[in-house]
Amino acid sequence: KVTFFSRPYKGYEFIAPWVPVVGLEIHAQISSNSKLFSGSQVQFAAPPNSLVSFFDASLPGTLPVLNRRCVEAAVMTGLALNCSINKKSLFDRKHYFYADLPAGYQITQQRVPIAVNGRLSYSLCIDNKMSQMVTKTVRIKQIQLEQDSGKSLHDDTRSQTLVDLNRAGVGLMEVVMEPDMCCGEEAAAAVRELQLILQTLGSSQAVMAEGQLRVDANVSVHHPGEPYGVRTEVKNINSIRFLAKAVDYEIQRQTEELENGGTILNETRAFDSKLGCTVPMRDKEGKQDYRFMPEPNLPPLILYDAKYLPANTNHQQVVNIDWIHERLPDLPSVKRAKLVEQYGILPEHSFTLLNEDGLTEFFENVVKQTQMKPKKVIGWVLNDLLSYLKQHSLTVKESPVSPFLLADLLNLLEKKEISSTAAKQVLAELWKGEGKTALEIVKEKELELIQDQKELEQICQAVIDGQENEVIMMVLGRNQKVLNKLIGLVQRETQGRSNPVLVKQLLEKKLSE
Amino acid sequence: MKKTLYVAHFALIAVVFAIIPNAGQPLGVLDGIPIAVKDNFSTAGIETTCASNMLKGYVSPYNATVVQKLLDQGAVLLGKTNLDEFAMGSGSTDGVFGPVRNPWSYSRQYKEKSVPKSHSEDKDANWVITGGSSGGSAAAVSSFTCFAALGSDTGGSTRNPAAHCGVVGLKPTYGLISRHGLIPLVNSMDVPGILTRCVDDAAVVLGSLAGHDPKDSTTIQDNFKPFELPNLTDVSKFSIGIPKEYHAPGLSNEILALWSKAADLFKNAGAKVIEVSLPHTRYSIVCYHVLCTAEVASNMARFDGLEYGHRSDMNKSTESMYAATRREGFNDVVRGRILSGNYFLLKQNYENYFIKAQKVRRLIANDFVKVFRSGVDILLTPTTLNDAVPYMEFIKEDNRTRSTQDDILTQAANMAGLPAINVPTALSERGLPVGLQFIGRSFQEKQLLTVAKWFEKQVKFPMIQLEEVKRHDHGVFQHQKSASFS
Repeated sequence: KVTFFSRPYKGYEFIAPWVPVVGLEIHAQISSNSKLFSGSQVQFAAPPNSLVSFFDASLPGTLPVLNRRCVEAAVMTGLALNCSINKKSLFDRKHYFYADLPAGYQITQQRVPIAVNGRLSYSLCIDNKMSQMVTKTVRIKQIQLEQDSGKSLHDDTRSQTLVDLNRAGVGLMEVVMEPDMCCGEEAAAAVRELQLILQTLGSSQAVMAEGQLRVDANVSVHHPGEPYGVRTEVKNINSIRFLAKAVDYEIQRQTEELENGGTILNETRAFDSKLGCTVPMRDKEGKQDYRFMPEPNLPPLILYDAKYLPANTNHQQVVNIDWIHERLPDLPSVKRAKLVEQYGILPEHSFTLLNEDGLTEFFENVVKQTQMKPKKVIGWVLNDLLSYLKQHSLTVKESPVSPFLLADLLNLLEKKEISSTAAKQVLAELWKGEGKTALEIVKEKELELIQDQKELEQICQAVIDGQENEVIMMVLGRNQKVLNKLIGLVQRETQGRSNPVLVKQLLEKKLSE
Repeated sequence: MKKTLYVAHFALIAVVFAIIPNAGQPLGVLDGIPIAVKDNFSTAGIETTCASNMLKGYVSPYNATVVQKLLDQGAVLLGKTNLDEFAMGSGSTDGVFGPVRNPWSYSRQYKEKSVPKSHSEDKDANWVITGGSSGGSAAAVSSFTCFAALGSDTGGSTRNPAAHCGVVGLKPTYGLISRHGLIPLVNSMDVPGILTRCVDDAAVVLGSLAGHDPKDSTTIQDNFKPFELPNLTDVSKFSIGIPKEYHAPGLSNEILALWSKAADLFKNAGAKVIEVSLPHTRYSIVCYHVLCTAEVASNMARFDGLEYGHRSDMNKSTESMYAATRREGFNDVVRGRILSGNYFLLKQNYENYFIKAQKVRRLIANDFVKVFRSGVDILLTPTTLNDAVPYMEFIKEDNRTRSTQDDILTQAANMAGLPAINVPTALSERGLPVGLQFIGRSFQEKQLLTVAKWFEKQVKFPMIQLEEVKRHDHGVFQHQKSASFS
């Protein structure tokens, strides 16, 4: 399937029609108390080699015992990604020698994985405008259960390698995305959506910085109509932002290489985040034959659904796909649709809400506590609140302005006690987090709208009187521009404490007299 | 045989010590019973070597489930027994501690019959092997140093030495007894084996060991109920099958005759005895070779010197350390099987070798299914091709050749996962034990052992007469006047 490259690629001229093809292999660490095949604990940043059972250390005579929670996590994820769940799946051994692989093989699912043939929908904004979003789909080839390896740290000064087996045996879901993506942005958006899904399901915490979500990209380029080019695998990508960079760099590198008459090697490359480029990895010299073999100590994994559940089964011993399906939480796409429907906000808005951790809750809390319509609240949350947080690299949780404070402010605005310009000023003060309420700041800075109509009328009259030329112009017919100028003058006079709508009405009334 | 005497006394002392602390309530059926365990079972706090340099000094931190079960019953562990390195072999001659000597080498029965080649020859020179790979366990039971021993059986490793040492050797159905803690050779065929002096004892030990183990996902979930064997008198309800393919090339005339006599015994007692066919028997050796070496290559991958066991001093790089460790730690037999196994698992060979062998394995297993479905209850076959050969003769051929020859009669039961038992039958012309094998239906150990027990009673296999022991204990080990089967 050839995806025709339909828009100009950022960064260089659209000269030669090279079609980039990007596939992804994503490893998500399963969120569970214990490991995939043994009872030792799963915990981030524990003292080295403190979470290692006899089986994890590959002591002779130890046997794997499958962790039920890991199976459920994989089934949940498979269902969320619209996969077919294989009622019978198998475990295999993948052999290679490495210091962080104590048994000399990894237990994985090569022949028949637990879930296949799914799809993931994700959205991108076109041309950096939040107003235009397009939905894309990437096919999920399969999801398989497998063991994580330990960690090895190379200490060159002392010519030694330090091995920490805490992570050895932790459950992973490998999610394979078909090469349906065409650039870094698509890859990043797809991964971001997968991350949100996993976090919603709870099957993985999917925090890239803690190694709970690892992405390898397969990149190649070819001319349309021709077969796919040689692909490279890019590893060592530590964030979604770096994923986009790495993929785009690699596409560019390959394109330039081929344009200059060179060839692409089928190799593994590492992304160097400092230099912003990919470099060949020395580890993998030549192709490895993993000598796959069925894992003889684990019988086939059989899953049931309500229809085929045998009569006398012990509920503890059985994983029921239908039971899991019934208990799936709302996925991000469903959540977004509900937000749009419930609050009348735009799809792009719901996107941003879900994209920031905690922002949806913040928004909903504000809406609950204010009379302002959600359609208006959203602007304050996305434009004012969010941009401030971004500027200061704060998370929603760290916001010095709580939903209550913002709701309170918006209420003042809604009751027309202050103008929106004033409201922005108040917000700027609230950021300082000095514990004052909006009302206190308004009083302090004297930002209240002038409520006394008579006072306002007097000011309007004064302004009109002082602007004879403008009045003549108005009579001659250039209404709007003059009117706006007059409104501006009134605002200046009142130091922003006049309601522009009311002022316009008063001026118009006076001028018509 | 000073060593035997020492061990026998030690056994008495151990029994005494075992009883005193537990004064009052016996822990279980095996309370105070001395047992031995093959050195490929993990024993907590006790060195577990698999007779290999790779694990010399390795002290396991946990007990194998079967060991734990025996200890929970109050059994007294006398020691770990010798074997072929990593259970690879059929003579118990290729372990790092040296070969195991068959106690029958020192029996009056053997010495009477053996003619030294010349007077100057060392009397000891023609001692015979135990068979393998659980030779140490078989020898321990055979020489009265313990009442029962654990072996393992992957291709015949419990039944073969049982036959050569004149003891009962039971291979249970795959999935009945936990393999947790049994250092694996071939995960899909290994079972813990039971060696005892009589069939009743085997049933008792089986009763303590069988049952689901959550730590071993290949054990069946069904509840297992220990059983007592009935004293069968009437075998007329049974149908005994005689598989013609077990008249294998190399089967000695002596054993052939014995086999025939045994069949007649059943016939005369009223049982239905019929010839059956297991047509794929002749492919089992090659099939076993492929599957066994493939799993060995995989199972041995963990021995890299990093976490436990032998580690080479070579430290130029991780890879060179691995290579040196494995070269130093493993003997030729193990390394040979690793190389073969890796070859068969290569991507380009996997389909033609490994997959094909799995298919052949299914055919072999189906042979048995068909025969048992046709109304046959138990199969009767020889266990070995010959009686035990002298060590000096045995080592003239390499391990692989010997295994190929010796496993032919026992291996198919491992392929099919079926229960099988060696019952000592008679002494050969050379005064050495010969046993016959019964193979039963999956999980029908009770039926299998019931028939075996009946047979055992008929043949009255003679007791080993160990000369030195006899000298010290007049009257304890009486010379049995047996109407012996041969």
